[in-house]
Amino acid sequence: MIFLLMLFVFVLAIFAGNELISKVPPTLHTPLMSGANAISGITIVGALMCAQFGAEGSAAKILGICAIAFATINVIGGFLVTDRMLAMFQSKKKKK
Amino acid sequence: MDNFDPAQAFYLLATALFILGIKRLGKVKTARSGNQLAGVGMLLAIVVTLVSPGIGIQLDWTMVAIGLAIGTSIGALMARRVEMTGMPELVALLNGIGGLASTFVALSEFWGRKYGAAITPENVILGPDVWGVAVVLSILVGTITFTGSLLAMAKLSGKISGNPILLPMRHLLVAGSLLGGLALGYLAAFHQGSFDPAVMILGLTACAAVFGVISVLPIGGADMPVVVSLLNSYSGIAASMAGFVIGNPLLIVAGALVGASGMILTIIMCKAMNRSLGNVLIGGFGGDAPTTGGASATEYESVKSAGAEEAAMILDAATSVIFIPGYGMAVAQAQHVVKELGEELESRDVTVRYGIHPVAGRMPGHMNVLLAESDVPYEQLWELERINGDFKTTDVTVIIGANDVVNPEAIENPQSPIAGMPILNAHESGTVLVIKRSLSPGYAGIKNPLFERDNCYMCFGDGKQFLTEILAELKEN
Repeated sequence: MIFLLMLFVFVLAIFAGNELISKVPPTLHTPLMSGANAISGITIVGALMCAQFGAEGSAAKILGICAIAFATINVIGGFLVTDRMLAMFQSKKKKK
Repeated sequence: MDNFDPAQAFYLLATALFILGIKRLGKVKTARSGNQLAGVGMLLAIVVTLVSPGIGIQLDWTMVAIGLAIGTSIGALMARRVEMTGMPELVALLNGIGGLASTFVALSEFWGRKYGAAITPENVILGPDVWGVAVVLSILVGTITFTGSLLAMAKLSGKISGNPILLPMRHLLVAGSLLGGLALGYLAAFHQGSFDPAVMILGLTACAAVFGVISVLPIGGADMPVVVSLLNSYSGIAASMAGFVIGNPLLIVAGALVGASGMILTIIMCKAMNRSLGNVLIGGFGGDAPTTGGASATEYESVKSAGAEEAAMILDAATSVIFIPGYGMAVAQAQHVVKELGEELESRDVTVRYGIHPVAGRMPGHMNVLLAESDVPYEQLWELERINGDFKTTDVTVIIGANDVVNPEAIENPQSPIAGMPILNAHESGTVLVIKRSLSPGYAGIKNPLFERDNCYMCFGDGKQFLTEILAELKEN
């Protein structure tokens, strides 16, 4: 039952995503992609949950720490670089 | 589900912030705030996870801090340091790292549940079969995203050739690694008694890694916009699968949103080349412009060439100019000179616009980012549909390092390999200046009859250098 609910959520979210993004101007394709990529770094929440498994030095824990580090690169790098790009788009608007 | 966990309420809030953020990312005016909104959502999700009583107790804070610190410094450094010309590589790399993180989450959950003591209450709710399938899919998609992205990055940065690399028996290898991975995954999820699931899982990871590499190998450099956006979609799907593994709807929703957005971009890119996704993925289509050039592709008659002086005279007489940038502009790093030339022309009351083909460059929106970097106002960047009717009334079109996206064969010759591909109708304008190194064909490997037309002048040379010379000539007058 829980699984079915999750499946519902998954499918509905895909439809929502389709509606949200269907009309994006080409100017924003790259920032949209890198911003969305940063959001996919949400897997960091899973990584944090994993970091509690097992005893010191166990495989699960080490894998969890790796997951945290990689997900953090994804999140921080993604949001910052997207912001940098979008700042370039905006600075021109003021000049005009 | 019995006890209400307040953390879930915050997860719901974070989900809403992601949805709002993505929505706002779709409009130029609101895009920056949209990205920041999504960032706030992410911060909220992380903080809530860290302080939520379910996990805080057993958390090894030192190791978490180390992981966060390493990730933050590397991520921030990459985002600061990257040049705008290196953006396709960075986006590909970040996609891959996101996929890898999801793989590690699934691996860690797997080891934790198989051999560890603690189990999160959520994944007990899911039946072991469903959980196993989610672990397998998360590892599969995540690993494919990782190795595929690394290879795409190597192709984009020129570390390996952008040409399609066709291995012998590649279809067999692709099918074999995928089916092998799925078979091992099936055994790991459903037959844990008879085999050591750890071995199965590691085998699955290896198969997925191989699949990621050999499925991107045959895809040519010019098809990279499709590959990068498809990998973007995969990284979201992987995060979503990781959400099923740990039983967290926030991951499922956020991942699905990214999966959908990546897929939409993929479809837009395919349409802009009038090719199906399958056709792109099978690969073998073109690459970086072949250095030697095929025989028939380079046989041109009556091509007129113009030097910088002549080009400057033509531009001087114009009242309306459209620039068409292509991958060649990115390679020559000519975007700043283009903008200077554009401004010089504008100061002479010339209408200056830029016609941007959706697949120009190596990732979706590549040209827009480069021109934005050199401060071209985005009002001057016109997309294909909006500008195509205006070429007839335009005096001069300047093409910088683009080829197939302006090839009239796509409209006029139904037998052409690129027939039906939407092109920028540069040939309709009064005069066409093509700034290009040589007559070598573009990624489609075919001749461009535009170069032979009466109204077309070839300006052979490096884009940046040639434009600088034109600019100097113009300023002398």
